[in-house]
Amino acid sequence: MARPVSYNLIEKPLEPDISLAEMPEGHQGEGFFATTLNKVIGLARKNSIWPLPFATSCCGIEFMATMASHYDLARFGSERVGFSPRQCDLLMVMGTIAKKMGPVVKQVYLQMAEPRWVLAMGACASSGGIFDTYSVLQGIDQIIPVDVYIPGCPPRPEAVIDGVIRIQDLVGKESLRRRNGEKYKALLESYGIQ
Amino acid sequence: MALTNERIKQRLTEKFSDQVSKFEEPYGMLTFQVPKDLNLKVLNFLYDDEELKFRFLTTLCAVHYPDNKGRELAIVYHLHNLVDNVRIRFKIYTDISQPDIYTATGLFSAANWLERETYDFYGVNFIGHPNLKRILNVDEMDYFPMRKEYPLEDQTRTDKDDEMFGR
Repeated sequence: MARPVSYNLIEKPLEPDISLAEMPEGHQGEGFFATTLNKVIGLARKNSIWPLPFATSCCGIEFMATMASHYDLARFGSERVGFSPRQCDLLMVMGTIAKKMGPVVKQVYLQMAEPRWVLAMGACASSGGIFDTYSVLQGIDQIIPVDVYIPGCPPRPEAVIDGVIRIQDLVGKESLRRRNGEKYKALLESYGIQ
Repeated sequence: MALTNERIKQRLTEKFSDQVSKFEEPYGMLTFQVPKDLNLKVLNFLYDDEELKFRFLTTLCAVHYPDNKGRELAIVYHLHNLVDNVRIRFKIYTDISQPDIYTATGLFSAANWLERETYDFYGVNFIGHPNLKRILNVDEMDYFPMRKEYPLEDQTRTDKDDEMFGR
C-alpha cells in the first residue's frame, strides 16, 4: 500500500544549477559596464568570505554540520575554512570562552588583517549563556567588537547560515572608507586595540 | 592476607594514639581526622610502613564550612594502596584566617598541581610548596572563588536584570 507523503506536494520550478550573484546597479551598454568601486568590491568580498572557526564546544559541532554536505555553507562562498587568522576575513567564535581563553581570542583577532568581521555564535559566545560564573567570559564583546550574534543553545545550522548571510550583507554594504574612519578607530580604541 | 580497615586503624592508633580520631567507614572507605600539623607525619607513616604502603595520592582537595568557626577549611587527602587495592581518606581542619598547611610535594610529586588547585580555589597556603600560584583561574583573579562568601555568578556582568532570574 502506498503511504501518503507529506513532502514535495507543491510543484516548484527547479533552481538553476549555478546561482549567480546579482549584478550591482550601474550603467551598461555594449562592451562596458560602469558602477562604483564600492559595489564591485563589496560584491567580490561578500561572496568569498574565508571563515576562521574558533570552536570551543557544542556550537562547533553545529558548525561542522553547517559546513558538511547537507547544509553546505559552500553555497554561500564560504567553503574555504582557513586555520590561519592571517588569511581569514571572518572570525567565527563558537562556544564558551573561559576568562583564561580571552587573551587567546583577542590575539587571534589581532592577527587577522583588515577588513575583518566577527560572528559570535550561540548563547555562550554572545553573553556567557548558562555559564554565569566566575570563570567564564560574559560575552566575547567584552574583549573584541562583534558584528553579528547568532542566538541559540546551540543554534541550528539554518541559524548559522542566516548569520553568515547577515555578515554577507554587512560586508557587501560596507563603505571602503569605514575602516579608516574616526568612528571605527574609536571603536577599536574602546577595546584597547591600536 | 588482605589489608582490612581494622588493621589500618590499629596500626594508626599504635603509632599516633589518640591524635588520629573520628574513624568512620562511609561506604566501606576508612575515613579519619588528623590535627593539621601532623599531616606530613601521618602521610609519611602511611607511605613508609611496610604493611600499609599507601604510596599513591589519588586526590587532594579542600572544603569550606563557613559555620565551623575556627576550623572552616577542611583539606582532604585520598590515598590508595596499589598492592592490596585499599583506599583511605583523611581530613585536616584549619582556621580560615591562617590557612597554613605543610606541603606534601616532598612525598608525592602529584601533590604539586593538586595543592596549586587547592590554593587557587580556597587559598590554602601550602608551606614549602615549590611553585604555589594559580593553576586554573586567570592570574589576575584577586579572590578564592570556591569560598562560600563569594557568589557563584560573574560580578562583571551589567546587562542582567536580577528580577528576570528570580534573584
